[in-house]
Amino acid sequence: MTAEPITGIVTPIRLDYTYTPGTAPSGFLRGMKEGRILGRRCPQCSKVYVPPRGSCPMCGVEFADEVEVADTGTLVTFAVVNVNFANRVIDLPYVSGEVRFDGSDTTSMVLVQGIPVDEVRMGMRVKAHWLPREEWDFTFANIDYVEPIDEPDADYDSYREFV
Amino acid sequence: MRDVAVVSFAQSATRRDQTRNEVEILMPVLREAMAPTGLTTHDMGFTCSGSSDYLAGQAFAFVSALDAVGPWPPIQESHVEMDGAWALYEAWVRLQHGDIDTALVYAFGKSSPGDVGRVLALQLDPYVVGPLWPDAVSIAALQARAFLEAGHDEKDLARVVARSRRNAAGNPHAQLSGEVDEATLLDEPLYADPLRMHDCPPISDGAAVVVLAAGDRARELCERPAWIRGIDHRIDVQALGSRDLATSASTKLAGQKAGVGRVDLAEIHAPFSHQELIVAEALGLNESTTSINPSGGALASNPVMVAGLVRIGEAARRLSAGEGERAVAHATSGPALQQNLVCVLEAS
Repeated sequence: MTAEPITGIVTPIRLDYTYTPGTAPSGFLRGMKEGRILGRRCPQCSKVYVPPRGSCPMCGVEFADEVEVADTGTLVTFAVVNVNFANRVIDLPYVSGEVRFDGSDTTSMVLVQGIPVDEVRMGMRVKAHWLPREEWDFTFANIDYVEPIDEPDADYDSYREFV
Repeated sequence: MRDVAVVSFAQSATRRDQTRNEVEILMPVLREAMAPTGLTTHDMGFTCSGSSDYLAGQAFAFVSALDAVGPWPPIQESHVEMDGAWALYEAWVRLQHGDIDTALVYAFGKSSPGDVGRVLALQLDPYVVGPLWPDAVSIAALQARAFLEAGHDEKDLARVVARSRRNAAGNPHAQLSGEVDEATLLDEPLYADPLRMHDCPPISDGAAVVVLAAGDRARELCERPAWIRGIDHRIDVQALGSRDLATSASTKLAGQKAGVGRVDLAEIHAPFSHQELIVAEALGLNESTTSINPSGGALASNPVMVAGLVRIGEAARRLSAGEGERAVAHATSGPALQQNLVCVLEAS
């Protein structure tokens, strides 16, 4: 008798962690709980990072002061998503955008809502739409999405560095 | 071969760090190591790091760690998913190319966020042994049992632990230190038979940084550089049942290739007490003429992915400080001393 060849096995892997964000990211997460967007400024190049990790990745020096940035910003680039991935239930198509919040020198990936998909454009001015205050936690997910505000589009040169 | 030396070394104090992330642990150590050289990270001809993203469960943690270096404008950089001792080996090879004179080597590890015993189970073969999830301590205990059955005594293990704790009292970076009586140690209950808790390493988070330089550059940067006279690494077969766990053939071969000979001091990367005895035997070390683990070794402080690089750094630092003229440093990786690196250093 010949045994059937074994062509594959399943070996479940699970590892559990207690996440330690670190000193600088913890400041950002505490700000989120209060509905504020907090970054840190590099003492060398003066750029503001949101969220900060521990040091300026360009200069390799520790961040100095904590800086609050606005919850309004510029959509610097975006993608129209036509295929939902696992566990994500949003009406298709939707727009995933990179937003530079005013006062920050980095961009954050945020959902863009409140405008037909085919009208979204680079340079569009947006504002964060926060979850109801009682739902705020230590997470960036407190910002549910950004939506357009009634301001003229930003000039390309003002955000070209982030595209 | 081009002469390459350790010209600077720094390490963090080790503990379970629930405040800082890996970059924040690494930053001050990097600064401390660079300071005596008068150079910046951008003066380094090559940068190489050792770490494992599985420890803290952070994908691409090794890329994020470059935030500490400030790799802009772009630098020549590489990484090994291994202990930093192997990053040092890669940097040493890179310096042999002859076109650069300095290299920065760093390692970081944050074991405390996860269950490091389970994390290390992922090193095992994924088909037969891995799915059983044997933790790192249990595998070390299998090896300790094989070692004792080969004719050794558990009193020898207690002697290793007592010396580690005693030596670590003089090491401000160590986690466990102090005077302990061997008989008292043997009265402790078994933890993973035949190992007791003190035969196993503490959970440590930490970082270490080494600066390497070649030839005259090394003499400019350091008054008494610790020259690498031999460096080699070897690996045993993966299947635990296919090798004699009571001895270490790969350490022995690496030691022969590196040319250990007579040494004043030895820093051995042995996270478990019996492993120090296996490695010392494989390297032909004699405690009557060689000071073994003057820092206390990995039993006193075991930042995973860092502790091997620390052995090289500690040996070099001691030679540069005039504590001896010739030393051997050893680093290990993988389950039950599977892979071993031996580095022979000299200063005069």
